[in-house]
Amino acid sequence: MSRTDLGMPAFPRAAERATRDQRLRGNLRHATHTIRAKRATAVAELDDWQRLRAAGAAVKNRTLRHLDHYLLQAEAAVTEAGGTVHWAADAAEANRIVAGLVKRTGEREVVKVKSMATQETGLNAALEAEGIRAYETDLAELIVQLGHDRPSHILVPAIHRNRGEIRDIFRREMAAWGRPAPEALGDDPAELAEAARLHLREKFLRAKVGVSGANFLVAETGTLVVLESEGNGRMCLTLPDTLISVVGIEKIVPTWRDLEVFLQLLPRSSTAERMNPYTTTWTGTTDGDGPRAFHLVLLDNGRTDALADTVGRQALRCIRCSACLNVCPVYERAGGHAYGSAYPGPIGAILTPQLRGVTDPLDASLPYASSLCGACYEVCPVAIDIPEVLVHLRERVVEGGRVTRHGARVTIKPAKGHAAERAAMRAARWTFDHPRALRAGERLASRTRRLHPSRLRVLPGPARAWSDSRDLPAVPPEPFRDWWARHRAAKGERE
Amino acid sequence: MSGGRDVVLGRIRRALADVPAAERPEDVAVPRDYRTTHTDDDPARALDLLAARLADYRARVHRCGEQEIPRRVAELLAERGSRAVVVPGGLPSAWLSRAEGVEVVTDDPGLTHARLDGVRSVVTGCALAIAETGTLVLDASPDQGSRRISLIPDHHVCVVRAPAQVVASVPLALPRLDPARPLTWISGPSATSDIELDRVEGVHGPRVLDVIIATTDG
Repeated sequence: MSRTDLGMPAFPRAAERATRDQRLRGNLRHATHTIRAKRATAVAELDDWQRLRAAGAAVKNRTLRHLDHYLLQAEAAVTEAGGTVHWAADAAEANRIVAGLVKRTGEREVVKVKSMATQETGLNAALEAEGIRAYETDLAELIVQLGHDRPSHILVPAIHRNRGEIRDIFRREMAAWGRPAPEALGDDPAELAEAARLHLREKFLRAKVGVSGANFLVAETGTLVVLESEGNGRMCLTLPDTLISVVGIEKIVPTWRDLEVFLQLLPRSSTAERMNPYTTTWTGTTDGDGPRAFHLVLLDNGRTDALADTVGRQALRCIRCSACLNVCPVYERAGGHAYGSAYPGPIGAILTPQLRGVTDPLDASLPYASSLCGACYEVCPVAIDIPEVLVHLRERVVEGGRVTRHGARVTIKPAKGHAAERAAMRAARWTFDHPRALRAGERLASRTRRLHPSRLRVLPGPARAWSDSRDLPAVPPEPFRDWWARHRAAKGERE
Repeated sequence: MSGGRDVVLGRIRRALADVPAAERPEDVAVPRDYRTTHTDDDPARALDLLAARLADYRARVHRCGEQEIPRRVAELLAERGSRAVVVPGGLPSAWLSRAEGVEVVTDDPGLTHARLDGVRSVVTGCALAIAETGTLVLDASPDQGSRRISLIPDHHVCVVRAPAQVVASVPLALPRLDPARPLTWISGPSATSDIELDRVEGVHGPRVLDVIIATTDG
C-alpha cells in the first residue's frame, strides 16, 4: 500500500502515542460529537431508514455474488459510451496505468478529487517518482498535503487538525505550491475556505488531466457517480481534457434505479445532509461538455481476497460514509493514524487486514482495535456486521488457517507476537468458565471500595500506562451479578 | 491490460466458488419496501417543501409567476453588480430581456475557462428539482448548457418551472433523468464540512445560488 505506511507500529503502540496527545483527543472529540448528533437528526427524518438500509445491503450482496457479470456489463457500457477500461490486479499496476496515461498526454501535473482508492494505492507518491505532480483539491486533502501529513478520516482526512493549525499550515506552505495565503489570514473557517478557493482556482483553470475515484459505477449504463461538497470535484471532472478514474471493483451497483437507495443512504450517513451540495454523474464522454478522453481503472488490490471469505465479504458492501468512525469510542481516542492505512476506524479494522492480509504485526493487531460495542453496526447504512467480522478476523490471527492471498489459497500460521493475546483470551475464557473466581474478584473490589481514592485518575504499578490515557470508572458498591441475583430473587417472591 | 483483466476476473470466479452455478443475479432478492416518497401527493405542498429545503441549505429562493422571470432575473443580476452573464444557447431569450447594460456571453466550446472565470453570473434552467432534499438537477439540455458554466461563475441563477419540473423525492427523480447525459445535482451553494466537521458555505462552486421557482399557471 502507500509508502507512508511502511514501518508503522502496531495499533496498540500507535494508539498509545495518540491517546497521550491531548490536543488530538480534543479535536477528535469535538468533531465526532458534532457530526454524531447531526447524523441522528438527518436519519430520523426518514421513517423507512431501516428498509433503505436493508435494500442497500441487498443490492450490494447481489452485486458481490455476481461481481464478474456486473464488471463485464459495466466495461461494455463504458466502452460503448466512449471510455476506455483498464484492469489493475494490485496497487502497483494501477499506479503504472495512471502514470502511463498521464505521460501520454505530455502533461506533468494532475488535479485530484479526493479518492480513497488512490490513497490506498499511494498514487501521489508513485506519480511523483515519475516526475508528475499531483495536486489534491479537496479542502481536507489539501490541508493534509500542505502539512506533509497523513489522512486520518475517510470523509475529513484532516479531522485531527483544528482551525488554528489549518491557518498555520496555509500561511506556511501555500506559497511553495502556488498562490500564497492572504497576508492576514485568520482562523475563521469561512476565511480558510476562501483561501483554498483562491489558491486552487488557477490550478483548476489550467489543468489538462484530472484524477478521481467514484462513489458508484452503474453496471447497466456505465455511469460513474461522484458525491462531493465543495465543487472541487466538479472542477476536476469537467474542466480537464483527460479524466482518469480509479475505482474499486466493489463500487458497482447493478442499475440506475439502485441509486435511489444509495443517494438517500450516503449523504445522511456521511455529512448528515439530506443531500450533499454537488453530485456529478457521467457516462463515457460527451461532445462539447467535459473531458474528451475518459479512462476507467478497475482496481482489485486485495478485494477479491476479501470476496473469497464468506464472512469477511460483507466488508466490500462499504460505501465509505465514515459513520462508523464517528461513533467509535476507540477511533475517538486513538485517531485515524493509529490504524496505519487509508481506512481508519471500525471499517478499516476489518477492511485493511482483508486487503493486505494479517502477516504484518500492524494489520494483525487491527481486529483488536475495538471493544465490540456494536455502535458501528448500528449506524452502518449497508448493515455491515463489523463486530462479527472483527471476531472472525481475531480468530484468523490467533488460530491461522486457510485464506486467499493474491488470488491463491494459502494456509497461514498463527501470527507471531499474539502469544500475549492468546494468553489473554485463555485467561478470559478461564474466568468466564469459573464464575466463582470472577464473583469473588468482583466482591473483593466492591468491599475495598472505601479504600479506593474518590476520583481515581492514575493506577499504581504496571497498570499506570493504561490509565494515562483513560479516566477510570468508579467501582460500583455491589457487583452486577449480586444485584441481578438479588433482584431476580425479589421479583420471584412477588410473583 | 488484458493480463490484469484475466487475473481479476479469474480471482473473482474462484472467490465466488460458494455461489451456486445456477444462481442468477436477480435470484438475490432486493427488498424494495422503502418509500417512493416521504411527502404526500399535493403539488402545492411539494413546492413549499422544495422552497423550505433549498433555503435550509442557504440557497436564496424567489417564487413568482412565469411572466415575472425577466424582472426577477434582472433584479438578481443587478443586486450582485454583475456586468456580464453567461447563458446556455437555448435559454429562453425573454429571461434576459430586462437585464439592461449586462453583457450576455453565450456558452460555446470555444469559450476559454479563463474567460468564464471573468464572468460573475450564470443563468440556467434545470431538468428537475427534488423537494425532499432541496436539489436541482441539470442535465446539459439546451436551456442549461455545458456543466462548467454553472460552476465557474460565482453566482448561479437557476429557474425551476413549477409544478412540471418538481418531483417529491429521489426515487421519483431518477426515472425522469437520462443517465447518458452528464448530470449535475446541486443542493445549495458549494460548501465544506472539512474544518472541524462544521458546514461552511462557499468554496469552489458558486457561492451564491438564487433559485427562481416560477409557477406556470401563476
